[in-house]
Amino acid sequence: MTPLTGDVAAYLRNRARWSPLEIAFWIFAFATIWLFPGKYLILKDTAILALFALSLDLILGYAGILSLGQAAFFGISGYFAGLVAKYGIINEPVIALLLGGLVAAALGFVTSFLVLRGSDLTRLMVTLGVSLMLYEVANRYSNITGGADGLQGVEVAPILGRFRFDLYGRNGYVYSLIVLFVCFVIARRIVYSPFGLSLRSIKGNALRAAAIGIPVKWRLVAIYTAAAGFAGIAGALLTQTTAFCSLDVFSLDRSADLLLVLIIGGTGYLYGGLIGAVIYKFLQDWIATLTPQYWQFWIGLVLVVIVLLGRDRIGAWNEAARNALYGAFGRLKPRPAAVGSER
Amino acid sequence: MLTILFDGIAYGMLLFVLACGLSVTLGLMNFINLAHGAFAMAGGYCTVVIVNRLGVPFVLGLPIAFLVTAALGALFERTLYVHVYTKPHLDQVLFTIGLVFMAVAATDYVMGSSQQFVQIPQALQGQFNVLGIGMGKYRLLIIVVCGLLTLLLQGILTKTRFGSRLRAAVDDQRVARGLGINVGVVFALTFAFGSGLAGLGGALGAEILGLDPTFPLKYMIYFLIVVTVGGTSSITGPFLASILLGIGDVAGKYYVPTLGAFVIYAIMIVVLLARPQGLFARSAAR
Repeated sequence: MTPLTGDVAAYLRNRARWSPLEIAFWIFAFATIWLFPGKYLILKDTAILALFALSLDLILGYAGILSLGQAAFFGISGYFAGLVAKYGIINEPVIALLLGGLVAAALGFVTSFLVLRGSDLTRLMVTLGVSLMLYEVANRYSNITGGADGLQGVEVAPILGRFRFDLYGRNGYVYSLIVLFVCFVIARRIVYSPFGLSLRSIKGNALRAAAIGIPVKWRLVAIYTAAAGFAGIAGALLTQTTAFCSLDVFSLDRSADLLLVLIIGGTGYLYGGLIGAVIYKFLQDWIATLTPQYWQFWIGLVLVVIVLLGRDRIGAWNEAARNALYGAFGRLKPRPAAVGSER
Repeated sequence: MLTILFDGIAYGMLLFVLACGLSVTLGLMNFINLAHGAFAMAGGYCTVVIVNRLGVPFVLGLPIAFLVTAALGALFERTLYVHVYTKPHLDQVLFTIGLVFMAVAATDYVMGSSQQFVQIPQALQGQFNVLGIGMGKYRLLIIVVCGLLTLLLQGILTKTRFGSRLRAAVDDQRVARGLGINVGVVFALTFAFGSGLAGLGGALGAEILGLDPTFPLKYMIYFLIVVTVGGTSSITGPFLASILLGIGDVAGKYYVPTLGAFVIYAIMIVVLLARPQGLFARSAAR
């Protein structure tokens, strides 16, 4: 191993190390199971939303693909999980979940070739178009999907044959949280790998990335497919934990809300989606109790204000807070940025 | 058969009037304005209020709707949109979606969530029967009005000084600035005019498209299809695209009603794959 490759490997390892703050975050996340026993339903929704936001962050924050159609993958897998549970084809929720993710990933792979063409606007239209087409298809075959009334009569078998989905949603929440954690670890691995670095360089400048030998197209296909898989797992989780699935899973609102979640939390770092989901969910819950019918107005206002104030300014605030926290834990950020800069 | 064609053309004309403002703003400032439908809705509700409640004749209501929405567009452009032009596309999408959400909820709050109808004068109801083709009088009016507007727009764009400034700015903003064209002012005027047209379209279309608070969300995708398929470099592109879309949509809903808008989306995706710059874009694009 030449000294440089050694440096690079050490740099990557160093970057990928779990910081104490991250560990604390996850300890707290799992502690909520005992801390807030009455709030399982909203906590579970938050976990699912966080996973969904994580999937969008992978393509938007890391690869720079603007998408309004992430709901397509969420929805297709949701229906898949609902249908296999309803007709008793696959009784084990975990297997159904994984297969749902694969179905969504397959769709993501196929559509990725459409998305990689054209400008931002074209991408926006194509991603939106795909999810709207699925909406129409689900609406068309309402004898299978239940149409506008939603998929009724889904009975999900106990997880691993032991843990039943109870009325209070405790097992559902624990299940969602574990799935979120596992997916997070995988996403983290992807992001901190050399593959993840190459994605960042593509986002920075696709032309230059291609010039240094990164296969831009295939990297984007790969990450788009993976993100679709994560979105699919989130969709299947929602169906399994609520035993219900409706056309609403494909709606534009869902994709738009997701963007908001990610913007609140910050794009381009993995905790953005998670933190954004927590803030968004509690914001929504709070506003919905104040004005049940018009909460959308305030969500819209938040979006407009965020943009007018400047996303980067909020991002800077975010970063400052993170740096302060890291400082408090005796660990400095940013970590050594350049590889082999001593020489 | 011919009635479908006729209805489709009327529908397409309507879509064109609704969407042409969007195509210009997109081409000129490279600005993704998902909130365009909100202006159309404003025009529709404006007509409902002045015609139904204040008893202003329908024919007068249309120009008023145009003026009110144009003023509204100018106001929003000067106060809010100017700050967002130079931001990345993601910000523009977020900003305009936020505006749409606010418009939907605010309209719901003020006007209620039920569908609204504009009272159309007796003279415009009913049908003509020409050579066995049933032509709704109202649809005929739409075709005439929108056709005249299209000619007018084409005239402004090709014959007047303002039109040539606008075309110069769309083609190459930097050079246009260098030649002393005040692109900001050109854009503000165009934005206001485009919003006004959208408002007029919304007023005319309330009868055909239906008018309720979710209007901007429901038709957003249609406007975007017109713009992306038609391209942003001319007025004929979006025009042809809207006519095609209108006929396709009406025919699709008539012959395969269960598939709904599936056909439209499929066509759009195919077109965008084949011609990412739009169906009628000039080949020497930037």
